[in-house]
Amino acid sequence: MTSAVVRELSAELRGFREVQTLAYACAEAVAAQLKPGVTEREAARMQREWLRERGVRDWFHLPFAWFGDRTAFVNFRIPLQFFPTNRKLEAGMPFILDMAPVHKGFTADIGYSGCLGLNPVHDKLLADLEAHRELILREVRERRTLREIYEDVDRLMVRQGYANRHRAYPFGVIAHKVDRVRERRINPTLFGFGTQSLKGLASDAVHGHRDGWSPLWSPYKFSDHPPRPGLWAVEPHLGFRGTGAKFEEILVVTDSTDPEESAFWLDDDLPHVRRWAEGI
Amino acid sequence: MTDLMKIHGARERWVSTGGVELCVVELGDAARPTVVLVHGYPDSKEVWSEVATRLADRFHVVLYDVRGMGRSTAPAPLRGGYTLEKLTDDFMAVIDAVSPDRPVHLVGHDWGSVQSWEFVTVKRTEGRIASFTSMSGPSLDHFGHWIKQRMKRPTPRKVGQLLGQGAKSWYVYMLHTPVLPELAWRGPLGKRWPKILERVERVPAGDYPTPSLPSDAAHGAWLYRDNVRARLRRPREDAYAHTPVQLITPLGDAFLSPKLYDQLELWAPRLTRRTLPAKHWVPRTRPDQLTAWIGEFVTANEDLEAGVPAQRTVADGKYADRFGGQLVLVTGAGSGIGRATAFAFAEAGARVIAVDRDAESAARTAEMAQLIGAPTAWAETVDVTDEQAMEKLAEKVAAEYGVLDVLVNNAGIGLSGSFFDTTPEDWKKVLDVNLWGVIHGCRLFGKQMAERGQGGHIVNTASAAAYQPSKALPAYSTSKAAVLMLSECLRAELSDQGIGVSAICPGLVNTNITATARFAGVDAEEEKRRQKKSSRLYGLRNYPPEKVADAILSAVVHDKAVVPVTPEARGAHLMSRFTPRALRAIARMEPPL
Ligand SMILES: NC(=O)c1ccc[n+]([C@@H]2O[C@H](COP(=O)([O-])OP(=O)(O)OC[C@H]3O[C@@H](n4cnc5c(N)ncnc54)[C@H](O)[C@@H]3O)[C@@H](O)[C@H]2O)c1
Repeated sequence: MTSAVVRELSAELRGFREVQTLAYACAEAVAAQLKPGVTEREAARMQREWLRERGVRDWFHLPFAWFGDRTAFVNFRIPLQFFPTNRKLEAGMPFILDMAPVHKGFTADIGYSGCLGLNPVHDKLLADLEAHRELILREVRERRTLREIYEDVDRLMVRQGYANRHRAYPFGVIAHKVDRVRERRINPTLFGFGTQSLKGLASDAVHGHRDGWSPLWSPYKFSDHPPRPGLWAVEPHLGFRGTGAKFEEILVVTDSTDPEESAFWLDDDLPHVRRWAEGI
Repeated sequence: MTDLMKIHGARERWVSTGGVELCVVELGDAARPTVVLVHGYPDSKEVWSEVATRLADRFHVVLYDVRGMGRSTAPAPLRGGYTLEKLTDDFMAVIDAVSPDRPVHLVGHDWGSVQSWEFVTVKRTEGRIASFTSMSGPSLDHFGHWIKQRMKRPTPRKVGQLLGQGAKSWYVYMLHTPVLPELAWRGPLGKRWPKILERVERVPAGDYPTPSLPSDAAHGAWLYRDNVRARLRRPREDAYAHTPVQLITPLGDAFLSPKLYDQLELWAPRLTRRTLPAKHWVPRTRPDQLTAWIGEFVTANEDLEAGVPAQRTVADGKYADRFGGQLVLVTGAGSGIGRATAFAFAEAGARVIAVDRDAESAARTAEMAQLIGAPTAWAETVDVTDEQAMEKLAEKVAAEYGVLDVLVNNAGIGLSGSFFDTTPEDWKKVLDVNLWGVIHGCRLFGKQMAERGQGGHIVNTASAAAYQPSKALPAYSTSKAAVLMLSECLRAELSDQGIGVSAICPGLVNTNITATARFAGVDAEEEKRRQKKSSRLYGLRNYPPEKVADAILSAVVHDKAVVPVTPEARGAHLMSRFTPRALRAIARMEPPL
């Protein structure tokens, strides 16, 4: 559907797509190395090192890894609980790798869900995410307000029998804007977030506040506006009784009047999309 | 002739061993896995008749009278003729006769279980026993260690446990006195025993106990005299079970404290625990449940033996010991509290029937229930207000799935609006679903439970509105108050039959109910707005239906009468008792919509 658009991707979008591809490659490479006994911290370090070796120096946020019922954020109360722990991976456990590298000034933010061996619940969650990807794109093209889309995703989750777990993220966001980041020699992080990216997000928030929009896509009033052109890292996150699954990838929103070009997923060649296409 | 021999295909044989002749009865196809049922004290093999006949269509069922009981002959002399070693000889002789080539599945009740613990922990039976289901009879060796541990480090709690079990064991001391027990059993006690069982233990009257009771009981006194003191004083150190063990604990057992089994995993590493609300004589009072658990355990271990991989997700929910394999029906299971309840029972391994008037959502609930541990789950599309449809459902459930163990009448709808805005139509609708739905459920399924006579539980979802008046919810609150009172009355009526009834009063819970509620006295647009507004309010409160489901399971396990769930529901419940005026003041407030 968006192939025509994708073919003509501007150099800028190509930059974003490359880093997103790189990040998903990292997730697949690290996932392939996970085995029983590996801890979340080790999995996070593996992602960091893999990406560093390929030139990543700055981050929107440092890599996360969640294992077992932490994939559904069971009993999460404070943001510190998002950080990787010494939880060990066991056979049958679901896991999520989530990373946001900056490469050549372009940002990606991706989420990869998998499980170690057989886990029918996890398979089901992953399969059911497909409907969310379709719903979000459709409603963004219809220019529904972000808050309404958020509520529709919520309703679909409830119909499916799931709990909305992105509500646990800071501000309950299902998505946030991403942007280019100036390349620096020193790239400090603050609570796991790159300071350059935070600065960008903050300045968007300030400007947006004046014009009635927000770089955070939330269930709250400040998201009561139609989709804003730009790049959005979208991350619907389903939870079901101690098992969680999500994807995260970039949705491109433009000001085109052509519906197909007004919004499209930056890349359809991603592990979860391939999985659905193969009918697993 | 005993009733067992009247059963189609029953074969009797005699096995001689160590100077006694044992009377053995076999039922069912001998090519099927063999299940050996060992009876207790003061009983004969007939205690198993209900369970044996139920198992016989799937298994080769073997029962025998323990030496000196029923029709088996007694050792001479009696003293020293009842040691666990000799009882093991008897068991080996029986299984060598009935199943020479294949290991057997062992089931014991009371002293039958005490003996069986010896069978599964001694070397010479290794490879001859495939599984062991134990009920109401601990290993004397484990018991000995249990006492020793508590004597060695007597913390107050441990002393309490010792005294508790000590008090339950009064009859064991009595049986150690010479001659008197024999006189009692052959005299007045023997005559009164059937009535005592009926009244105190709620064992249904009928052809059990058998006429041999006085001599069974008199001989059996030697089971205690020959073993108890010796084993408790010097328990074996190596009493480890070499088979998988299923422990079924009746929680109302007057003779055994469930605490006895606290650390059983140390002795029986492959342990499955089951609990049921019943008294000591479960083979008489709960044959359906025992048959299901024995059948499931035997089959699982046969499959394991044959190398068949486990078929399904293991149910490891909080109450799996209690609800595993039970049949549970939930109405309004397509959404919110009902769906979460169906899932919680599924996680506990129950078989779930998800009923909703919305077919698609009920099907989804059933599908997901199977993924998380329900051995089977069905969706039924029924409107609970439709009496005929409910009758058809009750017939279908009884015919195809069995009698319910737990019924959850949960389907309900919301209705808001002042009394004068509420039309007769509105009233009819809300009473139809919220009250009549519950009445139909209780009437039809409760009746089946009562007729089966093996206990059960009914849960009705009422609401905090049942005791918290409000000018905004007159019709809804009235319907829920009725459900609460109905539950209390039914609880009184069914208590004699071992059927519990609970009313659940949730409070504000984040479900779909706000989005579908009717708002009387406003136009469609305003109704939409209020639905949205109240959904957001409930969303902000964000109390998850899963917690209500948890409260429902716990209400069943602990047989609670009325359960307010959220803090506000609990607060209002207290206020309704202690400061009803304050509650009335709140009732006059405008709702924030
Ligand atoms: N949500 C709350 O705050 C709350 C508070 C107190 C009590 N309750 C009670 O809890 C119960 C469950 O409500 P919920 O909050 O989960 O609501 P819900 O709307 O999410 O779910 C109710 C389910 O019942 C089904 N249903 C409705 N009418 C039916 C009928 N006639 N026949 C069959 N199915 C029918 C619906 O299709 C729906 O799937 C209700 O009895 C409700 O009154 C809810």
